[in-house]
Amino acid sequence: MADFEVKAYPEMWQELGMDVARFDKARQMLGSAYASIYLSQSNRPGRMAYFDNMVAEIHGGRVQELVAAKKEGRPVVGTFCVYIPEEVVVAAGGICVGLCGGSQGSIPDAEKVLPRNICPMVKSAYGFKAGRICPYFQAVDFVYGETTCDAKKKTWEILDRLVPTYVMEIPQMKNKRDRALWLAEVKEFKGKVEVVSGKKITADDLARAIKVINNKRRALQRLTRLRAGNPAPISGKDALLIEQIAFYDEPVRFAEKLNELCDELEERVKKGEGVMPADIPRVMVAGVPMALPNWKVHNLVETAEAVIVGEESCIGTRYFKDLIDEEVTDMDAMLEALTDRYMQIDCSCFTPNDERIEQVIKEYRASTAQGILHYSLQFCHTYNIEEIRIKEACQREGIPYLAIESDYSPEDVGQLQTRIEAFLEQIRG
Amino acid sequence: MMFVGVDLGSRTVKIAALHDGLLINHQIRESGFDPHRQSLEMLAGLEPVRVVATGYGRHLAHRHFAHEVITEIKAHALGARYYFPECRTIVDIGGQDSKVIALDEAGRVSNFQMNDKCAAGTGRFLEIMAATLGFTLDEFGPAALESEQEAAINSMCTVFAESEVISMKNRGIPARDIAMGVHLSVVNRLLAMLNRVGYGDCLVFSGGVARNPCIVKLLQARLDGVRVLSPELPDIVGALGAAIQAGLA
Repeated sequence: MADFEVKAYPEMWQELGMDVARFDKARQMLGSAYASIYLSQSNRPGRMAYFDNMVAEIHGGRVQELVAAKKEGRPVVGTFCVYIPEEVVVAAGGICVGLCGGSQGSIPDAEKVLPRNICPMVKSAYGFKAGRICPYFQAVDFVYGETTCDAKKKTWEILDRLVPTYVMEIPQMKNKRDRALWLAEVKEFKGKVEVVSGKKITADDLARAIKVINNKRRALQRLTRLRAGNPAPISGKDALLIEQIAFYDEPVRFAEKLNELCDELEERVKKGEGVMPADIPRVMVAGVPMALPNWKVHNLVETAEAVIVGEESCIGTRYFKDLIDEEVTDMDAMLEALTDRYMQIDCSCFTPNDERIEQVIKEYRASTAQGILHYSLQFCHTYNIEEIRIKEACQREGIPYLAIESDYSPEDVGQLQTRIEAFLEQIRG
Repeated sequence: MMFVGVDLGSRTVKIAALHDGLLINHQIRESGFDPHRQSLEMLAGLEPVRVVATGYGRHLAHRHFAHEVITEIKAHALGARYYFPECRTIVDIGGQDSKVIALDEAGRVSNFQMNDKCAAGTGRFLEIMAATLGFTLDEFGPAALESEQEAAINSMCTVFAESEVISMKNRGIPARDIAMGVHLSVVNRLLAMLNRVGYGDCLVFSGGVARNPCIVKLLQARLDGVRVLSPELPDIVGALGAAIQAGLA
């Protein structure tokens, strides 16, 4: 197995007030997990090298960039949700960074305070801050919280004691008054970012930021389209990793590097070259986000000689399927256009949410998958209940379907492996 | 030509050997600490053309001796069809899993449900409850059948259910009544899974727990109008299915 090391920056970590000894162990574990799950793959695209390096520098190089930005007075905002209007932060010269929340390791820290039977992502995130084992948490000016679920919105009250947490109210329906509420929230958030950065956001700033983030989303859309190639030009694991990195990398550089990778994938598709053979089962994943380093399901599926060709998820298409209209140029019209784009997000926190059911089937067709695997985290009520409707839609359309509910612990890997392999047996016929 | 299926389960290893479509050999042993060696000992003396492994240890067996692996789901589908080709619903309760499988007309798996990571509703749950109440596993079902008034068990978690059983014992509730409550809770959980998957008028009950007369009786009583059928050797249905798969290649 190839060696891989997540680089250590103990001095910087010390300055950020981290629990250095403990964090260094987590760093080593991440490195060996990455080596065994990622570098063991054969036939990877050469231009994955950039993203490998983003993992190697996850606790170092990228954090240095954040620290440097902060020194220049640029705001650094930590996020957990695709509902953050990151264009506003980028317009102010700032940086949005997705925070840690995908690991079992920080859950015991959270369970010292939070109830055990809530979402593992919320617990993991809180634990990373409480245990001082996430450099991003340590580097942010403030955390952006939202009201997409009960566990989150009540945890923000507790998290705010450890790091300033700004909460935006996300509507739960899509009526006119809900849109008005969200527009008001966006305007207030813009004010907040202006206070932190000490600088007024101009129409030009926002127009530029909208283009930057649109371009990032366009590159991710391009990656998704290329994954429909059969044989798949890239593994689901690698594609998921790229979608995860999209939340912490510098957006212009990320889009450029991802487009370079897509050029390579395009060549592969043209030549009929794949990362795995053409005749293996193709699976699309739908459901809740898989935050880094949650690679559990992708690893199980792809170890069983199948390939994942899409993620209908917040860390997936829900993040990048919609763009903001670039034609409008005055501030008010841009904020309206931005609001329209965010109101299209089909998070399960909305009711009704029929558009998500349609979106899942649409993406399934476009991805040329042969089955849908619905992934839900334990105690995620909205996705767990909405799963009923996804299942019904799959039955109606004759789509092979498997629903999995899991958390970050490794103890159910045996059962999940059996279920996933049985699902693949079903697809193979 | 001989084809062998090996089912490396969480509690026992099962072997079934088919010769010209007839079951000519079967064995069941504790998995022990080294299930693949246990399997090899059981295979000694047999001369199969192909071996297919299933169960939790299937990949281990594949690394050492098996030609192919299939999941327990597929293995039970094939094995149940061997005995009862007209049945399209299978209930299997093993040591660590309980599962419900639906088949299409051709006998292919069309839907399935498995318990999640906890032991509730599995053979292991019954084993722990039997021990808590002072029964052997063989005595447990018959003892429950003597109950005239069951004591309801509310908890499905093995750990909590054990505390619940202990507190009932200490309130002087007869062991047979608590035993009946334990059996009912397992059947209720099975019924919930059956309702999710859907079932026809004929059901195959496999796995070691199918030898428990109380579970069989309760299941039959709750599924009015459904024939609940168990093969003579319910433990080896998975191994038999793997042997059938070995003959298909």
